[in-house]
Amino acid sequence: MTHSMRAPLLFVLVAGLIIFTGFWKGPNVALTIVNYGLISAIMALGVNLQWGFAGLFNVGIMGFVALGGLASVLISMPPVKEAWSAGGLQIIFALLIGAATVVGAVMAQKRLKGRAKTLATLAILIVGFFVFRSIFDAGVQAVEAINPAATGYLGGLNFVGANWFSIIGWPVGGLLAAGAAWLIGKTALGLRSDYLAIATLGIAEIILAVLKNEDWLSRGVKNVVGLPRPVPYETDLQKDPSFVESAANFGLDPVLASTLYAKLLYAGLFTIFLVIILWMAQKALNSPWGRMMRAIRDNEVAAEAMGKDVTARHLQIFILGSAICGIAGAMITTLDSQLTPTSYQPLRFTFLIWVMVIVGGSGNNFGAVLGGFLIWWLWVMVEELGLILMGGLTFGMAEGSALKALLIDSAAHMRLLTMGLILLLVLRFSPRGLVPEK
Amino acid sequence: MDFLNALVVLTNFVIVPGLAYGAQLAIGALGVTLIYGILRFSNFAHGDTMAFGTVATILFTWIFQGWGLSFGPLPTALLALPFGIGLTALFLLGTDRVVYRFYRQQKAKPVILVIVSLGVMFIMNGLTRVFLSLGAYAFAPERERDTRGTDDVNFFDGERFIITARNFKEMTGLDEGLAIKSTQGITLITAIIVVALLFWFLNKTRTGKSMRAFSDNEDLALLSGINPERVVMVTWLIVAALTTTAGVLYGLDKSFKAFTFFQLLLPIFAAAIVGGLGSPLGAIAGGFVVAFAEVAITYPLKKVLGYLLPESLAPDSLVQLISTDYKFAISFVILIIVLLFKPTGLFKGQSV
Repeated sequence: MTHSMRAPLLFVLVAGLIIFTGFWKGPNVALTIVNYGLISAIMALGVNLQWGFAGLFNVGIMGFVALGGLASVLISMPPVKEAWSAGGLQIIFALLIGAATVVGAVMAQKRLKGRAKTLATLAILIVGFFVFRSIFDAGVQAVEAINPAATGYLGGLNFVGANWFSIIGWPVGGLLAAGAAWLIGKTALGLRSDYLAIATLGIAEIILAVLKNEDWLSRGVKNVVGLPRPVPYETDLQKDPSFVESAANFGLDPVLASTLYAKLLYAGLFTIFLVIILWMAQKALNSPWGRMMRAIRDNEVAAEAMGKDVTARHLQIFILGSAICGIAGAMITTLDSQLTPTSYQPLRFTFLIWVMVIVGGSGNNFGAVLGGFLIWWLWVMVEELGLILMGGLTFGMAEGSALKALLIDSAAHMRLLTMGLILLLVLRFSPRGLVPEK
Repeated sequence: MDFLNALVVLTNFVIVPGLAYGAQLAIGALGVTLIYGILRFSNFAHGDTMAFGTVATILFTWIFQGWGLSFGPLPTALLALPFGIGLTALFLLGTDRVVYRFYRQQKAKPVILVIVSLGVMFIMNGLTRVFLSLGAYAFAPERERDTRGTDDVNFFDGERFIITARNFKEMTGLDEGLAIKSTQGITLITAIIVVALLFWFLNKTRTGKSMRAFSDNEDLALLSGINPERVVMVTWLIVAALTTTAGVLYGLDKSFKAFTFFQLLLPIFAAAIVGGLGSPLGAIAGGFVVAFAEVAITYPLKKVLGYLLPESLAPDSLVQLISTDYKFAISFVILIIVLLFKPTGLFKGQSV
């Protein structure tokens, strides 16, 4: 097999796997895999930018994805007017004070010297913190008191009530993630490579803690459900006579047709985003900028000696990669049409993406996309296969036996095991991945 | 009197829990720092190694309970601990043989080893959960038999308290009680023994000295005839003992839950970095810094201030600086402050 044929063949293979799933489990399952696969591919592109191009190790992908999800809520949900008038402005004002405190402390650090520096910084931080808390807490209480069963939060910015607003949320998710990435990159880049890993691990946990506990912002563990979606609802389609008629022309049942139609529209939207991001990533890879990045990755000292500002370039690419993860995170929340903070698990949203990039081929954008689809398919299928395997193992056992229930239950953990095993095997025997970097 | 009451409240809710939690973090961070010093990578599988060791110990505890063995007023888990450590040591040596050794011989970059440790973490994560549910089915007493891999397991038995709040009040005549749980006492005593043993080993024995030499300067150590594979093996053995002990102590004090142990990774890393990666003394200091910060900042000070301040100034609110939901944020902020101002940590570690 020649080198140039390898990538297309692998793509055909993955497409075949998904089509096979379609025949086995039904087209809806296959299309769902495709949709999540598209989003996974975008995330993998973001991580590939950081790891493949620049060798940066980000273990907080989940945090950036969750921020994207938050952006999706903040843009697409209608605002809760009572909450805004009760305490919305107060919260904003408190947040401004909080930001001013941090800026003031940083200024004091930069401008002053000696003991005055330490004292002034501490004083600003302590006074600022208590002022912030007193204003903030009152505002939060007022907002969360407004109809807590249904809202109890500020809502989003969708003043016009348009469904397509959720698409605006996607790039905004990227912006939010970029902001968080800037904060982290500023502190942890330029130090040892493991420090970035640990710092990103921490920021992801914190972002998640904010989503779970700041009810005024994201309703916390009460979840935001029923996010507006950019594609038509299945129930509306089924009531539309012209849709039912054209479905009948294809020989399809209207219910099935409507679910497929909505999923296909989503797939189309995601594909547009994926293609744009992939195109930009390819352009970046082959530009002088991309060559510089790889030069830095392969030998930081030499690149620095050539006059490249390694830390600044790292910060740049770290922000870009995280922003892409944020976009994908907003997409996932729109697709699920709900924000459930408890569903963000590091194994699913951080480490799985890593497996995608490394299996696909780090440093190669097409590899990342391929890895996104392949590993997502595996992630869905491993549990199925595990259940089948356990079903075979427990075939002879009595119905309702405790051991049988136990073995079938443990199939759920097979996912972790399999993903870890795949990661280790690929790293050991084919460290450059399925579609290696050129 | 008010001052004494305030002091008792503070001891009861901040100092005693902080000491116990700090000791647990310190033992955990010692493991991270040793691996970093000898094998030169941040081991992301550390939390799950702790979980594995704890599950191994829990299984032996159940077996012993099945045989009717007990450790008197002390928890049976302490009796099972050496066996848990043994199993974990075998597992870690196996992992090193199958996974890490290859990369060591390749002289792979540290970041590759970190990714490899992620893969190991995945596998351990799955294995631990399967082990727990299978082990519960095979060995657990009747009421625990249905334990599943993701469940909360409470495996503490024996005497619950060293001093109960009521006894303390009767003894001292104060309004406030001080309760010391036996797990807190056990944690502190075990931690002192473990740390003393470790330092004796590192400073006095030949193998310990060769480990420190290897950590300081690998090339020089190799030149002077130190066998690197032996150093690495001994490191894994010590790490197995440290992680299992830390995990069991934490699990006895609170409870065992696989996901919680994974989350302990952040405070443990924070402790190791705050102290200075590669420095054992620093890991201990870092553990206590992180633990006290976490406990003190999330503790509502209302009662303490109520005793200390005159009545007119006594606070109405809880005076909780940060809610307990954000305790991870505290270890993170400490980490960031250290990274910004003193990247080598309190006790000069190797890292920049």
